[in-house]
Amino acid sequence: MVLSADGPHGPVVHDLNDAARSAGVRRGARVVDMRALCPALQVVPANPAEDATALARLMFWARRWGPFSATDGDDGLVIDTTGVAHLFGGEEALLTDMQTRLARAGLTARVALAPTWGAAWGLARYGADRPVCRDLTDLHPLPVAALRLSGDTLLLLRRLGLRRIGDLANIPRLFLMRRFARAPAWDNPLTRLDQAMGHLAEPLAAPDPPPDFVAEARLAEPVFDPADWLPGLVAELAAKMARQDRGCRRLCLSVFRVNGHRGDIRVATAAPTREARHLLRLFDGRLEGLDPGFGFDLIRLAAEATEPLATTQVGLDGKADAALHLSRLVDRLVARFGADAIVRPVPVESHLPERSEGRAEPMLADPPPAPRPDRPLRIFAPPEEVRVLYAVPEGPPALFVWRRQRIAVTRHAGPERIAPEWWRDSPGTRLRDYFRIEDASGRRLWLYREGLPGDGRGGMPRWFVHGVFA
Amino acid sequence: MSVHVLRPLAPPRRVPDLRAATLAEISCASSLDGAGMGFLAASLPEGPVLWAQDRLTRREAGTPFLPGLGRWLLRADLSRPADVLTAMEDALACPAISAVVGEIWGDPAALDFTATRRLALRAEAAGRPCWLLRRAGSANASAARLRWRVTAFPSDPGQDDPAAPGDPLWRVELFRSRLSPPGAWLVRHEREGNGTSDRLGFSALAAGRAVVEPAAADGQGGAG
Repeated sequence: MVLSADGPHGPVVHDLNDAARSAGVRRGARVVDMRALCPALQVVPANPAEDATALARLMFWARRWGPFSATDGDDGLVIDTTGVAHLFGGEEALLTDMQTRLARAGLTARVALAPTWGAAWGLARYGADRPVCRDLTDLHPLPVAALRLSGDTLLLLRRLGLRRIGDLANIPRLFLMRRFARAPAWDNPLTRLDQAMGHLAEPLAAPDPPPDFVAEARLAEPVFDPADWLPGLVAELAAKMARQDRGCRRLCLSVFRVNGHRGDIRVATAAPTREARHLLRLFDGRLEGLDPGFGFDLIRLAAEATEPLATTQVGLDGKADAALHLSRLVDRLVARFGADAIVRPVPVESHLPERSEGRAEPMLADPPPAPRPDRPLRIFAPPEEVRVLYAVPEGPPALFVWRRQRIAVTRHAGPERIAPEWWRDSPGTRLRDYFRIEDASGRRLWLYREGLPGDGRGGMPRWFVHGVFA
Repeated sequence: MSVHVLRPLAPPRRVPDLRAATLAEISCASSLDGAGMGFLAASLPEGPVLWAQDRLTRREAGTPFLPGLGRWLLRADLSRPADVLTAMEDALACPAISAVVGEIWGDPAALDFTATRRLALRAEAAGRPCWLLRRAGSANASAARLRWRVTAFPSDPGQDDPAAPGDPLWRVELFRSRLSPPGAWLVRHEREGNGTSDRLGFSALAAGRAVVEPAAADGQGGAG
């Protein structure tokens, strides 16, 4: 069976399968000649556009083996698997996995793993079965065709007697440089050799997957404020998502300026949603940051990350649940003030006060811990050092200065000793003795002394205010 | 505008409802004075609380500490006072939040009569309390329905150790109020044995800072 494409003198063989190849059919030959050679030949017209689409789809699917992938010509994929192989049990196992899974998808694939794109290209097409290239001199026995060169250049190299990559690598560069000075970079054997050997960088440009849902407004006249178009776009996008039961986690509003600039505004949601009113509110106050220049003529709203979201039924009391409302509030606050500003403190197992509080996703989940009467209501971060005026050998100072105020201690309780966490702290960290104190006017503070006199970890101990009690 | 009346030997005054769904304001004396914070923490209803702070408050007076407070908080660490007011207004409209607390340092221009009036109207429309915690500010025009001034008071001697600080006592002054007559009280946080009860005991305070009629107004404002 062959695929045929239109040539200058009738249809030619565009591609062929193994059975046709064994029958003597060659690629690029005319279909009528080949049919004379093999009367049972089936001819199907090729469809290169759909092949390219399928290859692009396969490229995104191939990201299961690595974070970056790109299409390579009409019939290849290149995947960056740096630091990935151990997840699949080694490099050989990775290649086997690739071949097995592609075979299960009905595709015959030749795979190779090499340090450079060029070496992997050559090994996959001209190397052994599932080769793993550890040393780039492995390429030397391969034919020069493994260097991604055009037919004319290959013919020239064959006339020069250079058949293997090793031959090319061993002759002085100067001769080749003079010979191929006029060749374009993609067809220059020296450039291709350097790329395969890793002397020339060849970065992989991995395209982003297209957004799942897009709504666009193409405007006849440029506008300066996209706000009037936003409600319509959001409603269109929400309707598209509702049709497929999806909700978005990330939205990107792109405005295209007349003079060739693009501005992006990204908002994110804590839970998947497609409620147009809520999505619209996330853009409140964000549109002012756009520089309109001479105006926008294309406004695009894209849902970059979506998750399944089934249509929920409103409760009998007509109210949605609290978690939903909370996620909406968090979305609005995060969109306006940034994700770092919105914190839900959660308890963390640590005796050190500043480490006993962690950050968590702002979701209604576990109940809060019971309040401890021996812990302050507020805490200073970092603790504020005080100057001791009247020290007492045991217990807290009787008089100290905090921010130029003299504070006289009338009562105290303690100490509560908190040792440093040796598995996290640096070796010289000193222990802390915490005291609850009260001053003459009734202010209750949490004071600590860092270290002990003569503990061999620095000079005299220092005193800090760490928190404030009720 | 501020009425500051302390009648000696006053009859037991009605204590305003601390969980009223409106805007209340607490003025704290200094960064080291945790009395206002304690009074506020004891007055908050159950449930999630949005706690918004501006940058100066965080730097000068610290942040709420979860192990001591023991509440479900959603903290908004913002930079400008205007941001704090915006976040508070936004959170008041959210049914999942049971109370909103905002802390603002000094007298910024954003915290004017209009801003506080917006907060008060929103809190009343949404039916959840909103508290404004202010430090280093003056008692300027504000639409807060209740304006408190809370300072620390030397505590009772501890039960186990007389030299240790005992249960907290606060001197609470309601200097402007739309809901009840102003007054001054000495408030204690009455903890049950397991420390779970949030009940405030109010006792009237005479001018000379002496405690009169210790059990007179007890428990009216605690609301359980």
